Amino acid sequence: MRRFKQNFLFLSGVAVSIFLTITYSHVQKTRTSSFVRIARNISTVKHTAQNRNATLDSSQKVRVLCWVMTQPQNLQSRTQHVHATWGKRCDTILYMTSKNTDFPTIGLNVSEGRNQLYWKTIRAFQYIHKHHLDDADWFLKADDDTFVVIENLRHSLSKHSSEDPLYFGRRFRPFVAQGYMSGGAGYVLSKEALRRFVKGFADGLCTHTTELEDVGMGQCMEKMKVEMGDSRDVFGRQVFHPYPPGNYLVRQLRRQRPWYLIYDHYTPVEGPGCCSDFAISFHYINAVEMHTLEYYTYHLRPYGYKYRFNPDELK
Amino acid sequence: MMSEGSSFMKGMIFGGIFCLIMSFFETFNPGTHSEGHNHLHHHLKPVSKDELQKLSESQMSEFAMQVRVYCLIMVTPKLLVHWATANDTWSKHCDKSVFYTSEASKALDAVDLQEQDEWTRLRKAIQHAYENAGDLHWFFIARPTTFAIIENLKYLVLDKDPSQPFYIGHTEKSGELDYVEYDSGIVLSYEAMRRLMEVFKDEDKCPERGRALWKMSEEKQLATCLKYSGVFAENGEDAQGKGLFNKKSVSSLISDSISQNPGDVVEACCSDMAITFAGMSPSQIQVLMYGVYRLRPYGHDFHDSLTFLPPKDSDND
Repeated sequence: MRRFKQNFLFLSGVAVSIFLTITYSHVQKTRTSSFVRIARNISTVKHTAQNRNATLDSSQKVRVLCWVMTQPQNLQSRTQHVHATWGKRCDTILYMTSKNTDFPTIGLNVSEGRNQLYWKTIRAFQYIHKHHLDDADWFLKADDDTFVVIENLRHSLSKHSSEDPLYFGRRFRPFVAQGYMSGGAGYVLSKEALRRFVKGFADGLCTHTTELEDVGMGQCMEKMKVEMGDSRDVFGRQVFHPYPPGNYLVRQLRRQRPWYLIYDHYTPVEGPGCCSDFAISFHYINAVEMHTLEYYTYHLRPYGYKYRFNPDELK
Repeated sequence: MMSEGSSFMKGMIFGGIFCLIMSFFETFNPGTHSEGHNHLHHHLKPVSKDELQKLSESQMSEFAMQVRVYCLIMVTPKLLVHWATANDTWSKHCDKSVFYTSEASKALDAVDLQEQDEWTRLRKAIQHAYENAGDLHWFFIARPTTFAIIENLKYLVLDKDPSQPFYIGHTEKSGELDYVEYDSGIVLSYEAMRRLMEVFKDEDKCPERGRALWKMSEEKQLATCLKYSGVFAENGEDAQGKGLFNKKSVSSLISDSISQNPGDVVEACCSDMAITFAGMSPSQIQVLMYGVYRLRPYGHDFHDSLTFLPPKDSDND
C-alpha cells in the first residue's frame, strides 16, 4: 500500500512538474493574439485601376490601328511577346511579313531582308489603306521589338484631328529637310497623312528613294506636305524612344554622345529628364524586357503614391 | 509523512530534469510551438481593401504616423556604385535612411562602424538605429544591392502594431530555423528591436562575434537571437499569396515566368505590390525607379486609402 502511494506521489510530482514547465514557457511566449487580425479575404481582382472617363471617351474617338513589321522567323522569339503584351490594346493589330501564316500574319508581296524594309512599309500602308481605312483614325507602324503604351498614344493624339495631315514620332534632323521620324521608335500617321502617302505613290510623286524605311517615309511626307508633329509632353520630355529606357535614364558621366542623340531634332536631355511619365514607346526591347516593361507600366506600383507629374492638375 | 513528501518532491525533480532534457533536444522551449500556432504566424499579408474602407479618418492618420520607416542600409566601399545608386533612388523614400559602412569612404557619407565582421556590424547598426529611432517604429535592413518600394512596405505593415514583435521578409528554412533572407530585405518592428537589444546582452544565446566553430551567416544569427526572444520569421505576401520580398531581379523572375507560364507571364511572375528585388545592376535600378514611380498609362487611377507624398529635392521619382 505504502509502495503504491509512494509511486503515485512520485508520478504526480512528475506530472505537476511537467505541467508547470509547459505553462510557464507558454506564458513566457509573449506573442499574444492582441495584434490586429489580418483579414483573410483573398481578393481575386487582378488590377483594380479605375479608368477615367477620358480614356473611355478617347478610345471611342481615337481609334488606333497598329501594324508590326516582322518576319516569319521572329514570330516565336519576338512577335508572340508583342501580342501577349501591348498588341491587343490596339483597336486593330496587324502583323506584316512576307507571307501569310496562322499567327495570323499578312503576307505582303515582298521578300525579307534589311534592304526590303521600305518596300514592306509601302506595301503595308497600301494594304491598310485598301482594307482598313475606315477602321481607325491613326495608323501606327512599329517593329517587333518595340514596346508601345497605347493609352499614352491615344492621350497624345486626342488633342489633334486625324483629318489634318500629321505625322508623329521621334523627330530626327538628318537626311530630310524637315526631318523624319525614327522607324524603330514607331511613328503614327493621321488618316489624311495615310491618304497622302498612298496617293503620292499612286501619282509617282513618292517613289522607293532609299532602303531606309524611316528616311523614305520622311521624304514622302515632306513631298506630300504632311506636317511633323511635336509629341513631347508639357515639360518638353520625349515620349517616343528608339532605344531602351536604360540608354536615356541612367545618369552618365560626360562622354561622346551616341548617334541617336546627335540625330535628335529637339535638344536631347540625358538622365531622368529624358523621358515623359506618359512615354509611348521604347525600342530594341527583347522578350524579357517586353514583359518587364509590361509589368512596370501596368502592374507594379507604389501604394498611395502621389505622382509628381499631374498635367491635368496644372490646368 | 516525510517519505510521502519526499516521493512527491523526487517526482517533481524528475519531471523538471525530464523537461530540461527535452528542451535541450528541441531548439526551443517545449509547449511554445503547436502546428496551428506556426501556421497562423508564418504568412503575413496586407490589410484588405474592405478592412481599410471601414477605418475612420482619425484611425487612418494614426496608421500613417505609425507606419514611418527607418532604413538601415549596410554598405561597404566595395559596393560603392550600388551604395551611390541606393542613395540616389529608393532610400529617399524612407522616413529616415542611414547608411552603415564597414569602413569609411571618401566619396559618400555613412556611419562608420569600423568593423569587418558582418554579424558584428549588423548588431552595431541595429543598436545605433534603436538608439536613434526617435519616434519611428518600423525598421528595414537591406544591402544597397536590394531595391525597395517603401510605400508597399508601409502598406504591408499598415495595420500591424509595432509594439508587437514582427520580423518579416522572404522566409527560408535551415533545419528547424525559419529565417528572413538578407538580400530581399528584413523588416523589424520596434518591439522586435527592443527584444534584440535585450538578447544582445546574453553572450551565450546571442554572441557578439559568433562561435568560431560553426559560423552561421548573419541572417541566421539574427533569426536565432530573435527566436530566443520569442520572435519568429514571417513571409510577407500579397492577398493572392505571392511573395512581396524577392531575392531575385525582375528580369530573372520574368525570364523564369516566360519558361514556366508562357500564357500569363506577368500575372504569374510578381506581385503588383512587390516590396523588394535583389541582384540588379545600378542601371537596372535606375530604370526600375522610373518604372515604379513614373512610367504609367494615362487614365489609370487608383483610389488608395492613404497618400504618400514624393520626397523633396528629387528628380527621378
